[in-house]
Amino acid sequence: MGLALLIFVLKSIALKTGDDHYNHAARFWIKIFAIAFAVGVVTGIPMEFQFGTNWSRFSKYAGGLIGQTLAMEGVFAFFLESSFLGLLIYGENRLGRKLHWLVSLVLFAGTWLSGFFIVATDAWMQHPVAYTQGRDGLLVLRSFWGLILNPWTFWMYLHNMLGTVVTASFVMASAGAFYLLAKKQEEYGRIFVRTGVIAAAIASVLMLFPTGDRQGVMIARFQPATLAAMEGLFETAEGAPIAIVGQPDMDKRKLDNPLLVPRALSFLTYQKWAAKVKGLDAFDPKDQPDGIPLLYYSYHIMVGLGTLFIAVMLVSLWLLRQGRIYQSRPWLWVLMLSLPFPFIANTAGWMTAELGRQPWLIYGLMRTAAGPSMNVSSGNTLFTLLGFMGMYALLAMLFLFLMRREFDHGPEPWYEASEPQPGPGFSSRGASTPLP
Amino acid sequence: MATVWYCLVALMIAGYVILDGFDLGAGILHFSVGRTESQRRRVIRSIGPVWDGNEVWLLAGGGTLYFAFPGLYASSFSGFYLPLMMVLWLLIVRGVAVEFRNHLEDNLWRPFFDALFMLASALLAIFYGAALGNVIRGVPLDSSGTFFLPLWTNFQTGKDAGILDWYTVLVGLLAFVTLAVHGALWIAVKNEDLLQHRARIIAKWAWSAIAVLTAAVTLATFRVQPLVLHNLTTYIWGWVFPDLALAGLIAMLVFILRGDDLKAFLSSCAFIAGMLTSAVFGIYPYVLPSNTDPRLGLTIASTQTSPYGLSVALVWWIPGMLLVLAYSVFIYRHFAGKVRLEEEGY
Repeated sequence: MGLALLIFVLKSIALKTGDDHYNHAARFWIKIFAIAFAVGVVTGIPMEFQFGTNWSRFSKYAGGLIGQTLAMEGVFAFFLESSFLGLLIYGENRLGRKLHWLVSLVLFAGTWLSGFFIVATDAWMQHPVAYTQGRDGLLVLRSFWGLILNPWTFWMYLHNMLGTVVTASFVMASAGAFYLLAKKQEEYGRIFVRTGVIAAAIASVLMLFPTGDRQGVMIARFQPATLAAMEGLFETAEGAPIAIVGQPDMDKRKLDNPLLVPRALSFLTYQKWAAKVKGLDAFDPKDQPDGIPLLYYSYHIMVGLGTLFIAVMLVSLWLLRQGRIYQSRPWLWVLMLSLPFPFIANTAGWMTAELGRQPWLIYGLMRTAAGPSMNVSSGNTLFTLLGFMGMYALLAMLFLFLMRREFDHGPEPWYEASEPQPGPGFSSRGASTPLP
Repeated sequence: MATVWYCLVALMIAGYVILDGFDLGAGILHFSVGRTESQRRRVIRSIGPVWDGNEVWLLAGGGTLYFAFPGLYASSFSGFYLPLMMVLWLLIVRGVAVEFRNHLEDNLWRPFFDALFMLASALLAIFYGAALGNVIRGVPLDSSGTFFLPLWTNFQTGKDAGILDWYTVLVGLLAFVTLAVHGALWIAVKNEDLLQHRARIIAKWAWSAIAVLTAAVTLATFRVQPLVLHNLTTYIWGWVFPDLALAGLIAMLVFILRGDDLKAFLSSCAFIAGMLTSAVFGIYPYVLPSNTDPRLGLTIASTQTSPYGLSVALVWWIPGMLLVLAYSVFIYRHFAGKVRLEEEGY
């Protein structure tokens, strides 16, 4: 999703400035996008199935609501994405500049629409709205717009999409740093570093404020037990501190080796230094998240990495303004090695959202233990779990293998403006042929 | 309103089988018509730009089924747990195989990925047929509307039937030859010379297999699920569905013999649509009949969501699908014409 935006940005620059190098750069990233998209599709299909196969009681109970957003994702987003990706890959010659740019815009819209519907689905599980009890006690939709305009969705959606932009722009900057360090395709390396750094700097700042901050306020208001567990706040306190580091000790119910910022949590949550924040002691153990240490670490990893991203990218931006970034080898090493961290931060963020919702499947309405299919035995789920683990391990290896190939191969060779421009067709080498 | 959605879901499933059907069929015949590397590349190119778009119909159809009939979605997806998971694995393997055979310039591994692609396509066709067979035959629902089926038991259709019994295997075989011919006709439409010639020969010979299996499956269905015959005799207008299938079947042969590939392909679409709608009509008003006690069968009324949810969804569904139709037509027109290997892409 983030890459779709960056491809659109590259195509827009190419269209506006008439500099065809940006079209070549976009073509390279479209190939990367296509590989990621293919892996995303084949691993995404099981997720829709699993609502029915593994969580049938949940599906029966809430299908009238979350089925609605999932079906909309299929009808409005999936068709758009898969159809127009084909055009984006195959159609550059036939479509011409403007139409091909338009296709990249449509693909960007499709992926971001897809993100909206899936986040709207999860947001409803975090904060159920617009429902009423139908016959047999099953939930049915009361207000369509209430479901679409769920207040939880707005900030969660923006936060999530910015996360994808951070990831994609770090990948782009990292690839650019790699080409500059390896002294090959250096002209493209500069484009990638420049585009990646600017996008990543903007997105990482917006990630923290306002989107991350607003989500924290929502969690404090609607999921207070989650907030306490995320922050490792075992005891209710007025002027509650924020823990920067520390290890939750679940037996003694305290934080070991804490490094605290006094009163910060109260201020961030309620904008008052002395405000009272409920600790875990204020909640019945059966209403507290089950995996408190994991939740605590996920949240801290997300926030810690997010802060580092802002620092790294602000320094990069400064070096870019000074015009020194392309020659500064130590800093290019930093950019190149930063590659895995946005992926870790994103995963940690989703773990925070999902572990934080526990013990609820639908917050306040259905406990997770009440959701799974009872007619499927654990032996059968273990069988399929092992199958998926094997299959996904293989997929991950193939994915890395293909990515490595594409990055090694790189974009098409740079040419000087005086040379005749090569056509937009892909080079004849098999390795560079795009995916369907 | 629920009946409207019953028809719409059936329409989406038919759309999926017709569209993904031809690329599954092309996968089945991958080796039979493509004997050399360049011929196989042509087969893949015939479905290249559209096959993953075709698979989206499965997702969109599944999503529509999910919100319109949550009870059915929950019951059938968990009850058919193992075969569904295997379908997922096959879809993954098939997708990976087709990507990799294009990406690896490697003469050692290419045939391997080609074989995976063919095998996964063939098994998917059989699984889909068997799944339809299960829905027609009925499943052992309990009073809470759930069931769980083992993959196979004694291959009889009685109360202890598994996913695979003689009837569902028969339907699976019919699906296999139907989609193989469907794919052959698509290959013939998209190619010239030797490939077109081979595809036509396969279509011609496999057509008789379709005819024989269709007759066998029809007779077996009347025996296994008496409701079908009951519906056909009660609602005379329902004959339009099997008639459509029959007309498609006959027209397919006529056009195959005349060498008019596109019309033969469209007849095959009509045949598939006719067969699927006949099945859906045959088990109405059930959405999943019971093979133990008819009173336990899941019906439209017992699995639907609220009328409000169904009506409001119609407001976005109709423009949404019209939009899909519009750009699907655009994409298919964009990639119309015979496959040329020298063009960009693979």
